[in-house]
Amino acid sequence: MSQEGTTDSDIEAAIRENHPALITYITAGDPSLEETKEYVEALDRGGSDLIELGLPFSEPIAEGPTIQAAINRALDAGTTPEGFFDLVDDLETEAPLLVMTYYNMILQYGSSEASRASESDAEPSNKPDVRPFVERGAEAGLSGIIVPDLPAEEADPLREACDDYGLDLVFIVAPTTEGERLDRIMSQVSGFAYVQARLGTTGARADVSGATHDSLARLSEYDVPKAVGFGVSEGDHAAEIIEAGADGVIVGSALIDLIASSDDPAAALEAKAEELKRGAIRGADDNAVESVGETAATSPSER
Amino acid sequence: MSTSNHETERNRERNSEATFGDYGGQYVPEALMPAVQELEDAYERYVLENEDGFMDEFRERMRDFGGRPTPLQRADRLSERYGREIYLKREDLVHGGAHKLNNALGQVLLAKYMGKERIVAETGAGQHGTATAMAAAHLDMPCEIYMGRTDVNRQRPNVYRMRMNGAEVNPVEAGSGTLKEAINETMRDWATTVETTHYVIGSIVGPHPFPKLVRDFQAVIGREARAQIQEQAGRLPDSVVACAGGGSNTMGTFHKFVPDEDVDLIAVEAGGSSLEIDAENAVAPNSATLSTGTDGVLHGAMTKLLQSEEGQIMESHSVSAGLDYAGVGPELSHLVETGRVTPVSVGDEAALNGFHRLSNLEGIIPALESSHALGFLEEAHEELGDLVVVNVSGRGDKDLETVLEETEKRDLEAAPDVEVFDS
Ligand SMILES: Cc1ncc(COP(=O)(O)O)c(C=O)c1O
Repeated sequence: MSQEGTTDSDIEAAIRENHPALITYITAGDPSLEETKEYVEALDRGGSDLIELGLPFSEPIAEGPTIQAAINRALDAGTTPEGFFDLVDDLETEAPLLVMTYYNMILQYGSSEASRASESDAEPSNKPDVRPFVERGAEAGLSGIIVPDLPAEEADPLREACDDYGLDLVFIVAPTTEGERLDRIMSQVSGFAYVQARLGTTGARADVSGATHDSLARLSEYDVPKAVGFGVSEGDHAAEIIEAGADGVIVGSALIDLIASSDDPAAALEAKAEELKRGAIRGADDNAVESVGETAATSPSER
Repeated sequence: MSTSNHETERNRERNSEATFGDYGGQYVPEALMPAVQELEDAYERYVLENEDGFMDEFRERMRDFGGRPTPLQRADRLSERYGREIYLKREDLVHGGAHKLNNALGQVLLAKYMGKERIVAETGAGQHGTATAMAAAHLDMPCEIYMGRTDVNRQRPNVYRMRMNGAEVNPVEAGSGTLKEAINETMRDWATTVETTHYVIGSIVGPHPFPKLVRDFQAVIGREARAQIQEQAGRLPDSVVACAGGGSNTMGTFHKFVPDEDVDLIAVEAGGSSLEIDAENAVAPNSATLSTGTDGVLHGAMTKLLQSEEGQIMESHSVSAGLDYAGVGPELSHLVETGRVTPVSVGDEAALNGFHRLSNLEGIIPALESSHALGFLEEAHEELGDLVVVNVSGRGDKDLETVLEETEKRDLEAAPDVEVFDS
């Protein structure tokens, strides 16, 4: 694993080599898988360093109204896990791809595979299994998985499968994550730590929350890549977040809004990615200027 | 890799507390994990150890405000009809008209002991919402209820009751506008306000410790019934029958009987209009999760679910709004898996007949949910032994309009002459 100091994963390399990193999210199948392919390519061209693709689940409890609506459009369009993996098979982006989905989708891919495989058997096993999903994801070229309803305490089976197939399992760190749990989660970071900027659900906001600054200050002693999401929508937010010590910004709802409202979503997405990436770089430059003379602005952790 | 093995070991230990066999767990967003763990701690201290006299105060309030204990009543005419002893546990007589207050009052009181300042809850038909609103008024806690738009429109009297008790009612526009969407939205609120707010979940569902917490508050049903039947009939029953939606009245009734291996425990689910699933439209015309569901994760727990092969949760259906849910409590899934609880299902029509029969023969108008247990009694009494306890989880006043409408559509053997309604 990465923190042992061996080779970087695709995701870690992407963040390190393109620092500060822009991570973009859209929902696969919104409004169709064909269009998602175009949009992902546009985000890639616009300077995304990692791209998260949402595999839609009917009960997205971590999502605000914007992504909920995108998920509904994707489900109405008939998006399935198999269609999703076919899309990933087809994509040839420079940015590594991650899937963001809810745990039940991962579990059922296994059980439906198992029941398909044993159709003739009288008693197919209906116990869900995470491995077939991870195996198929690795085969399609995914680099990582994010599961908003899977806390570290429940993650052992998926973590083991991800280790076996060489995928990163990205954990979220919330404003409420503290003390011993924070230490434990930070010691298991794989890919990057997804820093949730504020309590609540996903959704574009007009400003960067104070909680973001608090979180980044709290996390500064951990020497792992940190990317901030939940509410980021503009280049200026990206600048502020990177300046506050993040290694990357994660943007989703603001992109979904463009898909839903723009006449030429691909062009709009590419332009938006450029704006966000420029903002992030500006934040990093400001940081570099400030830290001249200071020694070791970010101290490595005790490890 | 050593960190990883160490983690696995500690997770395994922790998980045995949080699960019932293969079911249960804590599948919630990271932001909620500290709150869920804080609740675990409060559950242990206040509920299991009666710290600060919590359980004493709870029982006292359930007596004075809630009307406990409820009677176990011999149903004379049903006993005659079925040729065996039938006893009814009268949860319809709890304040508010259903067992729901047992849990709602317990959790609102617990939230107070925990220093929380605000209550949120979901409701489907409005029974849990009204119980929570009553408890919150009684204990002077601000309260917001999430309710699907469809349910708001079809359960107006319950919306008024919640408003009268001072609760805010937030309609949820997403999806089909029923219970599942209401739970989603309440979880979203909780993930935003978790530092000050307690989520009073309405059944034995959700992440650990909710399934145990709610069961323990509801276990008073079975504790009373078990003592009462021994006093009145001189022995334990041959079988205990309760309806199951999420399963809180069910586990509440069963819990103290689980160690009594000779007592059959039967969970009656809503068979709706059919047990066949419309896979293409992801619709189940029933809510028979225990009987037909498959394992998966919903609303914080691994349990049996009505879901598509791909893992999308289906819309469920039942004439009874309180049973209309695509999931079920993880403890019931486990007890079904081990064979301790037998799941059965009863369709809309048999439930409606059960409703009319109890109204007509015993002078008790049962909730449509409870009517499923009574419908099962009619169908299968011969297999239930000589001494049967049936939980009447609630009263049916809330269902009169639905029952009139559904009765007019059908030719129900147990229904009174509908002409009186027409004129
Ligand atoms: C009277 C009554 N019985 C049963 C139920 C089903 O819930 P549970 O299965 O949790 O007891 C409800 C739910 O609203 C109800 O109102």
